[in-house]
Amino acid sequence: MTTSTMTLSKAINAGLRRSMENDDTVILMGEDIGKLGGVYRITEGLQESFGPRRVMDTPLAESGILGTAIGLAYAGYRPVCEIQFDGFIYPAFDQIVSQVARMHSRTRGAVTVPLTIRVPFGGGIGSAEHHSDSPEAYFTHTSGLRVVSVSNPNDAYWVIQEAVASNDPVLFFEPKRRYHVKGEVELDEAELDEVRPPMGAAHVLVEGTDVTLVTYGGLVQVALDAARAASADGISIEVIDLRSLSPLDFETVTRSVQKTGRIVITHEAAESGGLGAEVAAGITERAFYFLQHAPVRVTGFDIPFPPAKLEKYHLPDLDRILDGVDRALDRRNSLSELG
Amino acid sequence: MSGLVQLISADGQRLPAPDVETWVADIDDERLLALYEDMVVVRRIDTEATALQRQGELALWPPLLGQEAAQIGSGRALRDDDFVFASYRENAVAYCRGISVTDLVRVWRGTTQSGWNPFTYNMATPQVIIGAQTLHATGYALGIQNRGTDAVAVAYFGDGATSEGDVNEAMVFAASYKAPVVFFCQNNQWAISEPVRLQSRTSIVDRALGFGIPGIQVDGNDVLAVMAVTRLALDRARRGEGPTFIEAVTYRMGPHTTADDPTRYREPAELAEWQVKDPITRLATYLRARGVLTDESSMAVDNTADQVAAELRAGCLGLADPEPLSLFEHVYAAPHSRLAEQRDRYLSYLQMFEPAGATR
Ligand SMILES: Cc1ncc(C[n+]2csc(CCOP(=O)(O)OP(=O)(O)O)c2C)c(N)n1
Ligand SMILES: [Mg+2]
Repeated sequence: MTTSTMTLSKAINAGLRRSMENDDTVILMGEDIGKLGGVYRITEGLQESFGPRRVMDTPLAESGILGTAIGLAYAGYRPVCEIQFDGFIYPAFDQIVSQVARMHSRTRGAVTVPLTIRVPFGGGIGSAEHHSDSPEAYFTHTSGLRVVSVSNPNDAYWVIQEAVASNDPVLFFEPKRRYHVKGEVELDEAELDEVRPPMGAAHVLVEGTDVTLVTYGGLVQVALDAARAASADGISIEVIDLRSLSPLDFETVTRSVQKTGRIVITHEAAESGGLGAEVAAGITERAFYFLQHAPVRVTGFDIPFPPAKLEKYHLPDLDRILDGVDRALDRRNSLSELG
Repeated sequence: MSGLVQLISADGQRLPAPDVETWVADIDDERLLALYEDMVVVRRIDTEATALQRQGELALWPPLLGQEAAQIGSGRALRDDDFVFASYRENAVAYCRGISVTDLVRVWRGTTQSGWNPFTYNMATPQVIIGAQTLHATGYALGIQNRGTDAVAVAYFGDGATSEGDVNEAMVFAASYKAPVVFFCQNNQWAISEPVRLQSRTSIVDRALGFGIPGIQVDGNDVLAVMAVTRLALDRARRGEGPTFIEAVTYRMGPHTTADDPTRYREPAELAEWQVKDPITRLATYLRARGVLTDESSMAVDNTADQVAAELRAGCLGLADPEPLSLFEHVYAAPHSRLAEQRDRYLSYLQMFEPAGATR
């Protein structure tokens, strides 16, 4: 094994570097990604190594970034677009939804758009408005896009490379609050069968028997903490990191629910129309007779992301997740007395 | 009007400009001194807010250091019934609108998403989505036009913003309808780490012409010239002659925000070059030469600035954290059953943590 300890942000950087070394059609585009290396330094040093035509500082225009990336794809390139923050992807929404997502289908496969769209996302960092959004459901709702999120450095390193290599467009959601967390990264390709996280697959992080707890991105660590806390109470939680949000890996989740009979889904994004709804519906369809309780969602509220001083109430935390677990287990919980 | 408009040179000399200076004929020494005081005060606000950020009292602060003349000169040209649509950096414009220093920092302390009610001051919540406000200003101007008053909408935005589709669309709409809007672009040479040449190969002001909007390029560090051209543009709008585009050429002397480190992407020599053109120093030189700014009046100005800074600090530290249940307020104008349900559930969740016997 050739492992190296690095932060999640450094792992994405290393993954991008490797993609660029392996394939000279890979080019990076974004605001402030050159000399500055991006506001989160994800592209640090890459312009120095690969030059300004492969690591392009773009004019300040997100629709422009995505639209020209499509043209570059037509010209045989494999662009990786950085959107500076979650809340700034919306000016590019039209190009992503009306063009990127449909091109392959529209042209009956003649045109592939092998874009990767990197999006730092989520809250928990005390930011100003538009810097903490979780817009993933807009994209999982859009056919033609693959959507992934990573929660640890090893996944980040490998999944970014798979996203770049994918001939489908991939939205790659990076949990900002986890950027600085360190972890082991396996760098040796020979070891990959063991550690390579296939882009479409969920990952069972902790095995358990009482409740399945499903999440992704910034809440994975919170879910792991909740599982540890619950085990002190004698409750055994199985924690699943979805990693892929489109497609959803129902095989892994269903297998887990067949064992536990109970499922809690947690995400930062709003509840209505969110990933939790999709997972709950899919599991109800696939494992109805195994379920001993209705699927439980613990999510951000149906509100625009609140000011920083309120985000601790809005974001699911350990206590709210455990309350959801109690609901799934029919133990005393916040709703017991609401009727 | 072609070429850079200037009335006071970088070394504090009054320059002749017959067609421009008529617009500021009423600005006598006393009023110039008031503009000087404004600039000193907003610079002090900037310093204090930056200090508060360093001390962990604000999450972030976007300094306007170097852009005082552009903002004060234009902000003081406005009428109360004009309406401002600005970005996050226009704190000095907000100051001119009478917005309190405490209100300026609410958003950056994270207690609210809007520091004030836009209709109290005729100034919209500072916009974070680059360029979006230029369309809002244009639409507001269409409304003014329909109503037939002679107020004007003013859009403030940066050089980087001129690349966004929204800004270009705003100019199309404004030109088509001859909307009473002033596009006030502060070209501070940088959009975070990106130099202005990445956004535009011509000077920014030349863009306007392509939309059929007359443009004026002004020395953005010359408060008097900025005031003059802003008045000119406002007057055109009031008389039904449509939009004007002003490029105020200035420089962001500080970091993009307190989270930024400009040494990563720009040369110290560039800053030094612009320090020579500092907007406050130049007016001070001019006013000293005229005997208007004396040691005494200078000290009085500094005292005022210190008072405002103290007010800012006290106001900031006194800001109460919002209540958890305020999360659910104002998302909709009318009751919303789904959200009401979430609120009720969250309330009963919070009650679980209350000491036994408190509410249940
Ligand atoms: C739509 C959008 N994209 C990106 C950003 C991130 N961002 C914030 S400020 C900024 C640069 C703005 O430059 P400019 O318009 O020149 O204004 P300045 O900050 O110099 O006042 C960027 C890219 C944003 N806020 N909104
Ligand atoms: Mg700028």
